[in-house]
Amino acid sequence: MVHSSWKDYSLSGPSKGAAVITDDQIETRVVQSWFVAKVDRKALKGLMKRSDRPAMLNYGLWIGLIAVTGVATLATWGTGWGWVWLVIYSAIHQSATARQHELAHGTPFRTRWINELFFHFSSFITLSEGHYYRWRHSRHHTDTIIVGRDPEIQSPRPPEILSLLINLFNLKTVLVTLRDFVARARGDLGPGAHFVPDSEGPKVINAARMYLLAIILILLACVALASPLPLLLTIGPRVIGAPLYAVLHFTQHAGLNEDVYDHRLNSRTILMNPVLRFLYGNMNYHIEHHMFPMVPYHRLPELHEMIKDQCPTPKNGLLDAYREIVPILLRQVKDPSYHIQPVLPQDRLAAE
Amino acid sequence: MTQWIDICAADDVEMEDLIEVTHDGQSYAIYRSPEDAFYATAAHCTHEYVSLADGLVMDHIIECPMHNGRFDYRTGEAKGAPVCVNLKTYPVQRQGDRILLGLGD
Ligand code: FES
Repeated sequence: MVHSSWKDYSLSGPSKGAAVITDDQIETRVVQSWFVAKVDRKALKGLMKRSDRPAMLNYGLWIGLIAVTGVATLATWGTGWGWVWLVIYSAIHQSATARQHELAHGTPFRTRWINELFFHFSSFITLSEGHYYRWRHSRHHTDTIIVGRDPEIQSPRPPEILSLLINLFNLKTVLVTLRDFVARARGDLGPGAHFVPDSEGPKVINAARMYLLAIILILLACVALASPLPLLLTIGPRVIGAPLYAVLHFTQHAGLNEDVYDHRLNSRTILMNPVLRFLYGNMNYHIEHHMFPMVPYHRLPELHEMIKDQCPTPKNGLLDAYREIVPILLRQVKDPSYHIQPVLPQDRLAAE
Repeated sequence: MTQWIDICAADDVEMEDLIEVTHDGQSYAIYRSPEDAFYATAAHCTHEYVSLADGLVMDHIIECPMHNGRFDYRTGEAKGAPVCVNLKTYPVQRQGDRILLGLGD
């Protein structure tokens, strides 16, 4: 339920029209530009450079881990260990959520077709159809946490705590996704009508049909083999492996400000250990990613070092982040206007 | 008839890079390819009108800094979502160390 005194987050709410960017609005919108940290152009160009090698190693390891844990799941299926391996398999498998995101930007691989191959693979195993996602995510970058324009606001206020907890396993997301696939397959783009250009609609509609067909084939394989494994090993991890990524993704913007053109005020950078960074594709450097989306995931730690003196102090691990987020969410239940205001370097200096 | 405008020095543009220049209130992007050839396009992305000047040149592709939309800067061809409309291109000539931009046709 939308708090009567607060905002409507849908793209067709009172901010309707804001979501549709017409030609004559574009220039004004761009002039209303985002804060960008000062970086030496040569150094930035160096960071933006593409190479297949780091991603080959990273994605090779990921696919290898999926294969090993998948075989372990199959080998132990029918015993208690089968479920243990399935959970581990699913947690690794759903690293695809972070990978799909980065691949949508086209930055991990220099070779375009390899990038696109992994992009559509990751899109399918996360049930997040690629064509639609690319358009939706572009809008998220144009209008990050701008109410009525950003279709990816994960923590609308006031927060619905129960719904957030239920969706730890993506239960709501999967149901909504399936409903949306059916609608899109019938030609109804839903909120996508606000950000998918007319000329691209047919691609999105055809892709939804292909996805539905693939899902039906997976279910038929389960019936034919009298086993849930075809489902559990393909798209089942979208649910089983979801909690880790729900916890990671939620930190990106939760509890921060809305309707501000400064990613330092609406996004959060968190220092994390290498295992989480591997699974999460370095998206813990979220301010850096939003400010410079052309920098590939593996160069984000260097970018962080380069601009950290122009950004708020990063959170030191997931726990530190949630120590900040949870009290804010609880307070927002009663007071949706409440949010954290990160201390910017100039404020830090002024206070000293 | 094409009017040739002296727009910048060749050395203003690094190899496999671009700069934005203005003439008569209009902005243009001037590219220098890995083979040391020069090209020119409109300076703003056809998706959401962001300047391409901070973009990345890779071989013959310019990648937009906003949503990573890609164009072939030799032909202006949009290479796929989120860019669907081609970039306008302009003829370029090199005369010694000067770059001339062809306008008017
Ligand atoms: S503005 Fe260039 S790709 Fe969106």
